[in-house]
Amino acid sequence: MKNYALPLLGMAALSIASLTVPADAKADELVPFKIVNGNSIPASLTGKAGDPAKGRDVAINRKKGNCLACHVMPIPEQPYHGEVGPDLNGLADRLSEGEIRLQLVNPKTNNPATIMPAFYRTEGLHRVAKNFQGKPMLTAEEVEDVVAYLMTLK
Amino acid sequence: MRKNNRKIMMAGAAVAAVFSIATIAAGEPKSGYLSAEPETQAMQDDDFSNPAMLVTDYGGDLWSTADGDSGKSCEDCHGDAADSMKGVKTRYPTYYQPWGKMINLELRINECRKDNQKAKAWKYESKEMLGMASYIGYQSRGMPMAVDIGGKATPFFTKGKEFYYERRGQLDMACSHCHEDNSGNMIRANLLTEGQINGFPTYRLKWSGVGTLHRRFKGCNDQVRAIPYERGSDEYVNLELYLAWRGRGLAVETPSVRN
Ligand code: HEC
Ligand code: HEC
Repeated sequence: MKNYALPLLGMAALSIASLTVPADAKADELVPFKIVNGNSIPASLTGKAGDPAKGRDVAINRKKGNCLACHVMPIPEQPYHGEVGPDLNGLADRLSEGEIRLQLVNPKTNNPATIMPAFYRTEGLHRVAKNFQGKPMLTAEEVEDVVAYLMTLK
Repeated sequence: MRKNNRKIMMAGAAVAAVFSIATIAAGEPKSGYLSAEPETQAMQDDDFSNPAMLVTDYGGDLWSTADGDSGKSCEDCHGDAADSMKGVKTRYPTYYQPWGKMINLELRINECRKDNQKAKAWKYESKEMLGMASYIGYQSRGMPMAVDIGGKATPFFTKGKEFYYERRGQLDMACSHCHEDNSGNMIRANLLTEGQINGFPTYRLKWSGVGTLHRRFKGCNDQVRAIPYERGSDEYVNLELYLAWRGRGLAVETPSVRN
């Protein structure tokens, strides 16, 4: 993380970006997306298909998706699968890709009372720790990787 | 149930308020002890194997050690703690007139040090504070928690309750999501309990040491990537009041042993 090239790159990006976006826009701003029928985001956030193998890793990683904290998933090498949310086996038979993407991006759209975190949202949060302010839990690429992985759960 | 509430509310606002408070957490509260591993329970059950007893005994030493400009010990004013401090823990946090707000046991100990003993306040998470808070709490072991939320305490109780249900952090979760909606469920390798506070200060295996309740609050705030509050802050003391009330009737287990 202590990489001297990064600030320089960031500054270059900012000076280009500042020509087109308001001055207060953050470098890690979310990519725009469209919710269809109130329950689906059909289009990929990155415009590309994700990588299911990487998505599986994100689901396991306690600092990233940590989906196993709450869900049973077909990941037998991991010992502890949570009981807080539904079993995700067979998920892609129940939900469309767009529905799965929305559930990851912001599950509060489907259920305002849910415990499940929004993985691609930065607004409307309260007292976020400094290191995480303005940042979504997963990047757009990581969301797409997880979506690609979940689509294999048939 | 809801219908009954309505009727009573129409009968009188004051009665309705009390009734609805009493029906929020229906069912008997359950101590975290009940979900602990048998080995962890055994450690707590036997004072000789309870690692927190070292700290509690140190508190006992401090009880009878003179300190500060008064040259007096706690014992010089309060006598035998087994008599004078019995039941104290069950009543805290309590409304404290000089501050016009709630005070918990740790903060009360420091008030006595400053005002009566003329000694320096202890740091909130210091060995001395952990010792004294454990020692005083220990005098109420087995007694039911019975905090007073009436009168001047009520607005602080309400604030504590709001905190409990307020989402926070990047994970956007409230205390209630884990400890009310999901107690009894595994969250990865952890079995969620009701998050009751009847055992604090507690020896946590994960900490390899004794810690205060407010250290636990900070931990639960950190877990959801939220900015925690200071130990001893009004926010945490009000939250403590609300949780003491949720756990009313639970036996004091101080000093407990937990995972
Ligand atoms: C803290 C708990 C928690 C975490 C962490 C969590 N979820 Fe969930 N999830 C839930 C709950 C609870 C539900 C049930 C729906 C609701 O609450 O609205 C759910 C529902 C879902 C659903 C819809 C399932 C269905 O059958 O309709 C999907 C898909 C899902 N989660 C995927 C994920 C993925 C992928 C991750 C990690 C990147 C994740 N969840 C992390 C708690 C969680
Ligand atoms: C993401 C889940 C989660 C959230 C949100 C959460 N906690 Fe916890 N908490 C835990 C876990 C896991 C433990 C350890 C196992 C247990 O006792 O539930 C714990 C333990 C506790 C304990 C110790 C219980 C004992 O018996 O010693 C208390 C007290 C507590 N939490 C209070 C709170 C409060 C107050 C909040 C909100 C400010 C909160 N928690 C938010 C997960 C959470």
